[in-house]
Amino acid sequence: MLRLIGKRLLAAIPNVIGIVIVTFVLTRALPGDPAAFYAGPAATQEAVEQIRASLGLDQPLWGQFIDYVGDLARGDLGLSVSTGQQVLDEILRRLPASLELTLLGLLVACAIALPLGILAATRPGSWVDHACRLVTTLGVSLPIFFTGLLLAYVFYYLLGIAPPPVGRLDSMYSPPAHVTGFYLVDSLLAGDPELFFAAGKQMVLPVLTLAIFVLAPLARMTRAAMLGVLSSDFVRTARASGLSAATVLYRYAFRNAMLPVVTTLGMVFSFMLGSSVVIEKVFAWPGIGSFAVDALVQSDYAPVQGFVLVMALLFVTLNLMIDLLYTLIDPRVSIDD
Amino acid sequence: MDSPVPLLSVESLGVEFRTRGGTVHALEDVSFTVGKGETVGVVGESGSGKSVLFYAVLGILDAAGRITGGRAVFGGLDLVRASASELEEIRGREAAMIFQNPRVALNPIRKVGHQIEDVLARHTSTPSAELRRRAVEALAAVRIPDPERRYHAYPFELSGGLCQRIMIAIALACSPSLLVADEPTTGLDVTTQAAVMDLIGELARKRNMASVLITHDLGLAAEHCDRIVVMHAGHVVEVAPTAELFARPRHPYTARLIATTPHAVADLRSLAAIPGSLPDLRRGDLPACRFLDRCDRSEAACLQRPLPRVSAGPAHAVACRRPL
Repeated sequence: MLRLIGKRLLAAIPNVIGIVIVTFVLTRALPGDPAAFYAGPAATQEAVEQIRASLGLDQPLWGQFIDYVGDLARGDLGLSVSTGQQVLDEILRRLPASLELTLLGLLVACAIALPLGILAATRPGSWVDHACRLVTTLGVSLPIFFTGLLLAYVFYYLLGIAPPPVGRLDSMYSPPAHVTGFYLVDSLLAGDPELFFAAGKQMVLPVLTLAIFVLAPLARMTRAAMLGVLSSDFVRTARASGLSAATVLYRYAFRNAMLPVVTTLGMVFSFMLGSSVVIEKVFAWPGIGSFAVDALVQSDYAPVQGFVLVMALLFVTLNLMIDLLYTLIDPRVSIDD
Repeated sequence: MDSPVPLLSVESLGVEFRTRGGTVHALEDVSFTVGKGETVGVVGESGSGKSVLFYAVLGILDAAGRITGGRAVFGGLDLVRASASELEEIRGREAAMIFQNPRVALNPIRKVGHQIEDVLARHTSTPSAELRRRAVEALAAVRIPDPERRYHAYPFELSGGLCQRIMIAIALACSPSLLVADEPTTGLDVTTQAAVMDLIGELARKRNMASVLITHDLGLAAEHCDRIVVMHAGHVVEVAPTAELFARPRHPYTARLIATTPHAVADLRSLAAIPGSLPDLRRGDLPACRFLDRCDRSEAACLQRPLPRVSAGPAHAVACRRPL
C-alpha cells in the first residue's frame, strides 16, 4: 500500500511541473496590463513603469518564471496585488469554505444517488426507476448557476424559508474559533449548537445546488452498474446458496458495483471543484473559487496561479485517493499495477 | 419411472417469461422425479429449458420469469408455493446448485474462504470462531491442495478447475441432500472435466446425496447418471434408466440425439445432425408436440392435445403419440 502511494506521488510530479508551466504561461497570455491597472487611469507613464518594475514585470518572461519557481520552492505563492495579502494565507483561509461546501454536497449527493440507483436497479420499471430517470434527466439538463439562482429565488425570495445567500454566516454571528476551518465542525467543537445551525442553514442551498448537479451521473452509474452486477453469474450463485436478499444485494452485488461508481465519484468531485467558482459567486461564498474570479478580473496574477496550482494538487490527491479506494475494493487491481 | 420415495417430485410444472418480443412458453407440463441418492441426467439442446427448470424449482428465476402452474415437492414442501424465505432456507442447505464457467460464477472480489463462510453462517449455527476451520474443511473435502492457503485466494488467482471445486465446496458446505450441477464442466479443459465429474460422483456416493446433472452432452450423462430425463423445447419428452434409454429409445428426438452422440456410435461418419431447430417458444399457437416440425414420423393426430404420456416399461415413459 505504501509503495503504491509512493509510486503514485512520484508519477504526479511531472503533472505538477506541467501545471506550473502552463498556469504561468496562461496568466501571462491573458489580456490586460496589471501595472496599468494598479497605477489607475490618472497615472503617468513613468508611474506605470515604476509599478511594472516593482512587480517584476519588466523582466523577460523566463526571468519572471525563474523567480516564480524559486518562490514556489520556498512555499511562497506571491502577494495578491489587489488585496495586499499573501496568496498562500488567503487560499488557506478560504480553502476550508470551498471544501466544506464541496464535501457536503458530495455526501448529500451520494446519500441520495446511491440508494436511488440501487432501488431503481432492483425494481426496474417501478416508480422508483422512473423517479430515478426523472432526477437524472433534470440534473443533467439544469446548468449549475441556474439551479443555484432558482433555489435562491424560490426558497429565499418567494417562500422566505431559506436564509439570504450572503456567505457562510449571517452577519449577526461571528465565526467559531478556527480549528479545521469547517464551520460545522468548528462550531460543534466549540460546543455551540446555535452557531452550528446558523452555519448549516447557510449551507443548505449551495449544498443542494451542488448535490443536484452531481446526483445525476452518480445515480445513473449506480443503477447501470447494479443492473449489470445483479444479472451476473456470481450473484446467481449467491442466490442459489440461499444467502439472504440483503447479503446478496450489499455484500455481493453492491460491492462489485462500487468500482464504476467510485470512478464516477472521482469524476464528479472534480466537476464540483470546478463549478465551485460559479456556486461561490451565486451564494457570495468566501471560498477559493470566488477569490480566483475576483483576482482574474483584476489581472492579479499571483492568486490565479495559486488557485490553479491548489486545484491541481487537489486533483492529484483526489486521484490518489480514488486509486487507493480501488485497491481496497478490488483485489485484482493491485496485481495489474 | 418413480423410485420408491422420491426426494424431489416435479409435477406439471409450467414456466413462462415475459419479454419485449412476447411471452416465452419456456416450460410446459414438466414432470419427473429424483430419488434419494440417485443421479439423474437432464439432457437437451441449448434452449430446451433444462436450466430454467431448476431455476424455477429452486426459486431463482429472473424477475421476468413466472411459474404458471404445477408442483415441485421437495422433502414434503411444495417449492412452487413456498415463500421466498422458505426457499432461501432450502437453497444451499437442502438443495444446492453449481454452475458453468466457474471463474465468473464466484464473487470476484471476495476471498473464496469467506464465500464458503457466508453460506455456513447463513445456514448453520456454527460459532464464528469455528467458521474458518469449517471453511478449510470444506475446501479439503473437495480435495483442494493446500486448503489453508487457498482459503485466502481470490477466484482470479485460481484455475477454472479449482474454481469449480470451490463452487462445489460452497454447494456442499451444509451437506444438502440434492446437488444440481448445471453444465458443471462447460468452460473447463478436458482433463479437468473428468476430474470434476469424478469428484461430484464420489462426493454424492459418499454422502448418499442425490444429484442432477444438467448437460447437453448425452455421452457425459450416460457415463455418470442412473436415469436420464430428455428435454426438448420446454417439454420432457422421455424419461428412462440410462441403459434402457440407449438400448431402446422410444421418442424420435431421443433416437436422433443418441445418433448425434459420438460415444454411442461405432463410426463417426454415421453421426447425424438433427434437422431443424427448436420452435420459437414465443408462438401463441405452439403445437401439442413441440418436436412436430422436426419429426419424420408426425401425422395429423400429433396435433391433438393433450400430448400423451405413454409408459414404455417399469421406469420408462415417453411423451409421444407415435413412439418408436
